[in-house]
Amino acid sequence: MIAHAIFFYVFSIIAVVSAVMVTVSKNTVHSVFFLILDFISISCLFIMIGAEFLGMIMLIVYVGAVAVLFLFVVMMLNVAQQKNQWFISKENSNHIPIGLLISVIIFFELIIVIGGWKYKPDLFDQGNLSIVNDVSNTHSLGMVLYTDYIHIFQISGMILLIAMIGAIVLTFRQREGVKKQSYLKQISRERAEGVEVVEVASNKGVKIDD
Amino acid sequence: MEYLDLIFQETYKILFLLVPVLVSVAMIVWLDRRVWAFVQKRQGPNVVGPFGLLQSLADALKYIFKEIIIPASSNKIIFILAPIITMTLALIAWAVIPFGVDQVLADINVGILYIFAVSSLGVYGIIMGGWASNSKYPFLGSIRSAAQMVSYEVSIGIIIINVLLCVGSLNLSDIVLAQKDMWFVIPLFPMFVIFFISALAETNRPPFDLPEAEAELVAGYQTEYSGMMYAMFWLGEYANILLMCALGSILFLGGWLSPIELYPFNLIPGALWLIFKILFLFILFALVKAIVPRYRYDQLMRLGWKIFLPLSLTYVVLTASYLFYFNLLPTN
Repeated sequence: MIAHAIFFYVFSIIAVVSAVMVTVSKNTVHSVFFLILDFISISCLFIMIGAEFLGMIMLIVYVGAVAVLFLFVVMMLNVAQQKNQWFISKENSNHIPIGLLISVIIFFELIIVIGGWKYKPDLFDQGNLSIVNDVSNTHSLGMVLYTDYIHIFQISGMILLIAMIGAIVLTFRQREGVKKQSYLKQISRERAEGVEVVEVASNKGVKIDD
Repeated sequence: MEYLDLIFQETYKILFLLVPVLVSVAMIVWLDRRVWAFVQKRQGPNVVGPFGLLQSLADALKYIFKEIIIPASSNKIIFILAPIITMTLALIAWAVIPFGVDQVLADINVGILYIFAVSSLGVYGIIMGGWASNSKYPFLGSIRSAAQMVSYEVSIGIIIINVLLCVGSLNLSDIVLAQKDMWFVIPLFPMFVIFFISALAETNRPPFDLPEAEAELVAGYQTEYSGMMYAMFWLGEYANILLMCALGSILFLGGWLSPIELYPFNLIPGALWLIFKILFLFILFALVKAIVPRYRYDQLMRLGWKIFLPLSLTYVVLTASYLFYFNLLPTN
């Protein structure tokens, strides 16, 4: 059990330290890298408590997809430079009080929620609950997700789909003058419409209409 | 004391897996160049050692003795970290590849998810390398490559779901054993083709080598790297290609199983069969590199999102309904 404890402390220290570094580090790209480190160490913690499926999904979804998009946005928009401009210039500093107000509200909400938090009382009494070892993690998750909670599962999928469509609709713009390739048109082109044989009179030339 | 014993044993096993992988990476680079040369009626590397087999070793020696240049304006820590991450990720995925019944380093329940997760992390080595170089070409190359790898991961994931529907388990050994009667390449042949092409895109191989399109981007994210750090990117890339070949042979070509359960074929150990299959897929990879011209970027994205994704999704529905209708769904 000692190795288990050592690994637990290593991963949780990495998780906490990198979570702090996300907010503290000055370079925004570094913050995203620390966020990724945080995700990875938390998925390691998931694996350590035996939730291997959750750990792997955490890696695939958050680290493999979401954080990549984060990095994209941060790298392309050069947010680090913008933030410094906000803090330095006088005119735009009215963002800060609003941000402070919102963060104070969220902070108190968190305190209220965590203050009222109780562990499920019967969680500790069920220590002798029989854990079936021959059913794998994935299997048992699927059994619950697709039977008892199928409606919630489907509705959350729908919400995500609607959010995705909404994002596409909001950012979609029809640009003018963009040349597009039509593969069908290209393939179905024939010699007859492509080549024209013209009798050219001497000293007159040919008028090409286009 | 027993912990020390355990650590020693595991280290021994890991070394026994990693050293052959690294050696075969070196060999596979030679094979790649040889196949490429033969298609173009050239000789390829044939001077160092018999048939030029030691060419990669000579190359590696050259890389080791070259100076590592770190650009002054680069982000040094991330710049050094990037090749290390690429190579580590390419190597740790081999832990779950089964070479035979019980011949596997870590026989975990979610093996296929583990490989998928590790290969989706592979994009970070490239992004970090491109960004930390603080230069235009590497940055453009890394952005391209990130978009490309993320898009093709989606179709690979859905292809994996196809196979999982037929197996009913995420364990790689179970996936191989489920193909005892029929390799999945027969019922899922369209998926095998799409997997092969997506694997080309996922490992940045030609015709999808846009991240390092030398005509436009010099060498993409590797432009600023030199010496051993470049070699590590290179090793990681080829280890990834080998891994994709191994994954393809496990998912579709029956892993360590011999093609016919008859007398002379039974004698060959399973690990050798797996190696044959990996080599077969790799030679296909090399042939594609020699034959096909590079894609344009918008064509690449169109292929990934508008063709492969709908096709593989349709095939998931088809497979699921077929299995459900004929009552073939695996139950365990």
